[in-house]
Amino acid sequence: MTQNKAVYSLPSVLADVPMHYCPGCQHGLAHRLVAECLEELGVAEKAICIGSIGCSVFIYNYLLVDTVEAPHGRAPAVATGVKRARPDNVVFTYQGDGDLASIGLAEILHCANRGERVTIVFVNNTVYGMTGGQMAPTTLLGQRTTTCPEGRCKEHEGQAIKMCEIVAGLGGTAYAARVALDTVKNVKQAKKAVHKAFEVQLEKKGLGFVEILSTCPTNWKMTPVQANKRISEEMIPYFPLGVFKDVTSAEDKG
Amino acid sequence: MNRYQDVIIAGFGGQGVMLIGTLLAYAAMEDGQNVTYMPVYGVEMRGGTANCTVVVSTEDIGSPIIHHPRSLIAMNRPSLEKFQPRVVDQGVVVINSSLVEMELAQKERLKTFAVAANEIADALGNTKMANMVALGAYVQLTQIVPLEAVKQSLKKVISPHYAKMIPANEKALQAGADSVGP
Amino acid sequence: MPGKPKRILVKGNEAICRGAVAAGCQCYFGYPITPQNDIPEYLSKVMPKLGRVFVQAESEIAAANMLLGAAACGVRAMTSSSSPGISLKQEAISYMAGSQLPAVIVNMSRGGPGLGDIGPSQGDYYQAVKGGGHGDYRQLVLAPGTVQEAYDLVIKAFDLAFAYRNPVMVLGDAIIAQMMEPVAVREVEAPPASEDLGWNLMGKGSRPPRVLKSLYLEDSALAGHNALLREKYASMEKEVLYESFMVNDAELIVVAFGSIGRIAKSTVRGLREKGHKVGLLRPITLFPFPSAVLGALAEQRKLFLTIEHNLGQMVDDVRLAVRKHADSFFYGHLPGNLPTPDDFEQPILQVMGVAR
Repeated sequence: MTQNKAVYSLPSVLADVPMHYCPGCQHGLAHRLVAECLEELGVAEKAICIGSIGCSVFIYNYLLVDTVEAPHGRAPAVATGVKRARPDNVVFTYQGDGDLASIGLAEILHCANRGERVTIVFVNNTVYGMTGGQMAPTTLLGQRTTTCPEGRCKEHEGQAIKMCEIVAGLGGTAYAARVALDTVKNVKQAKKAVHKAFEVQLEKKGLGFVEILSTCPTNWKMTPVQANKRISEEMIPYFPLGVFKDVTSAEDKG
Repeated sequence: MNRYQDVIIAGFGGQGVMLIGTLLAYAAMEDGQNVTYMPVYGVEMRGGTANCTVVVSTEDIGSPIIHHPRSLIAMNRPSLEKFQPRVVDQGVVVINSSLVEMELAQKERLKTFAVAANEIADALGNTKMANMVALGAYVQLTQIVPLEAVKQSLKKVISPHYAKMIPANEKALQAGADSVGP
Repeated sequence: MPGKPKRILVKGNEAICRGAVAAGCQCYFGYPITPQNDIPEYLSKVMPKLGRVFVQAESEIAAANMLLGAAACGVRAMTSSSSPGISLKQEAISYMAGSQLPAVIVNMSRGGPGLGDIGPSQGDYYQAVKGGGHGDYRQLVLAPGTVQEAYDLVIKAFDLAFAYRNPVMVLGDAIIAQMMEPVAVREVEAPPASEDLGWNLMGKGSRPPRVLKSLYLEDSALAGHNALLREKYASMEKEVLYESFMVNDAELIVVAFGSIGRIAKSTVRGLREKGHKVGLLRPITLFPFPSAVLGALAEQRKLFLTIEHNLGQMVDDVRLAVRKHADSFFYGHLPGNLPTPDDFEQPILQVMGVAR
């Protein structure tokens, strides 16, 4: 007699609808990790999501939680207002690299520095996706985009900005990690990091920050498989994975 | 019967012209009148010129800013030179004669009064109270508010930290009033 | 005095703060800029003691977006600034208008353009009244002419913001900000309890999730949204407030708002004493604009002179209001010069002379 065991089901926080993301894009997976964590922590009912501008602008169509839309880059400021108004709610932003690391740099740095009890989910795919593949602050040297057609050049555009390291260096940050979604093992690590980034908020330790290295096959002009490979071959060597700060861990306590 | 009076109070920053302006405004409020107080600072944070305009009326007050005031308290020479020409004919001008030569006063056109504010304050033990002496004289001359209301308002405008200075300030107000008449 | 409400002598900036506190403002987000610094300074002392929120943001941009976040939660929230800082807040104000969020924004305006000066000016009329940010929206604009009005109107601003789910601006200037006047104050209200208003974010609990947004990409969705907004803006008409002074037998009516309105009132009084038939119409709400009352006065064949502390902005709205029967002359006092009642006398007499 065979017993059927469910190994996969849709988190109740995630809407059962087709997503608008391109084939091979990892936003859907990142959404799912957030949904699973909200469900596992039992906080979906009191979660408030701050949407941002970019490909994930429709996040409210997929994550079934109360949501407010923030202007480009301002999600951490909006999150500050929400959390200060409703300190008992669980507040998170979901932002891309153009939004968080370029136009919204002041907002994320000061939000982290104040130690707002919020969680920041930062999806880094090294390119402005929605607007058509322009150079992002995280675009790697030599990477071609529609606004650096000859490849990003250090002399003219500077190097890709490493947000996780910068945010980890700020006093109000309780947890900062960089993860990737290219392998099963990395997805599992990513889930743990997202979980932890919410836990530090619930424990009122400070700001939780997760940088997720993610694909953009369309604007990279790659197949999904090629794009996935690029993460380990090009991105991780420059953007190392790991936990850059964890105030709850033994070494940080010491 | 409507009563209306306005005054520009002017001097160096640090002479306490803003404080006596506020004090006069407070006393007018306590007296049940309408009042506006409008400060004008120099660009400097410290040591510049300062002036304020106080309007007191039994009617609702229109402009808090007056180009041709009906009266003036001039605590130093630049203030007299700047504002005296603008005072309306027969306006009351209290001049701090400790720092300003009275030859500068337009005695024919205006009702000018010399008050040796610094000397009188010195005699009471603190030059810094020259502002109170000048205000006491002004209140006595114009009867804009009862002097008693001004004294009663000291506790509202002097910070609690300097509360022990209130009796001395009351004396300075009285000395100013006494210096110009009964 | 017995039988009368308690009166205190305060600056306009402090009146704004006391009004906000009395209205139950739960969250304030600020950033320093002259001449409104008394507001964040005062609220940084008072709000934490009341168990309420004060945050000095990293910029006016961030402050306005913190306001957006608190507004989305349905709590009473406010920000304040002065002209250059208000420019930076326009993005968030547009989003709040689009997302129908209730919030109060105080502009103690200063001279411009650019850095201008720290003195008074009415150069931000267009920005406040015509929708200063991108897109096609309106906000209610309340323009106090006295310190008492600054206090009363900031309380009213919170009520209007929630009645219409819309940003409301209190538009003062450096004169209103810095001058002191007696203010009759009321009891401080505790902020309204965290309640479900039917639209605000509290966490979904057992209901379907709510989304507050201004993005409408689906076919004709934005048009539908804008139709609703248009209807809402039109319904604000009933909130019109103005002061009229000696208009009935006036041959010429001065139209002026805010501090300039009260300064012009002194001019009008002075000219009346000299036998000139002059009156004053001071709009207190700038949006909605008192067009109907101006139109009715125009029907009586009166002359109009709009006086502003700028190069001419509100005069456009006055002209539209009186256009069927009259036109409005204009006198613009230049920002950078402090206006006094004397400055307005000749322009008024000139118009009356020209007309005769």
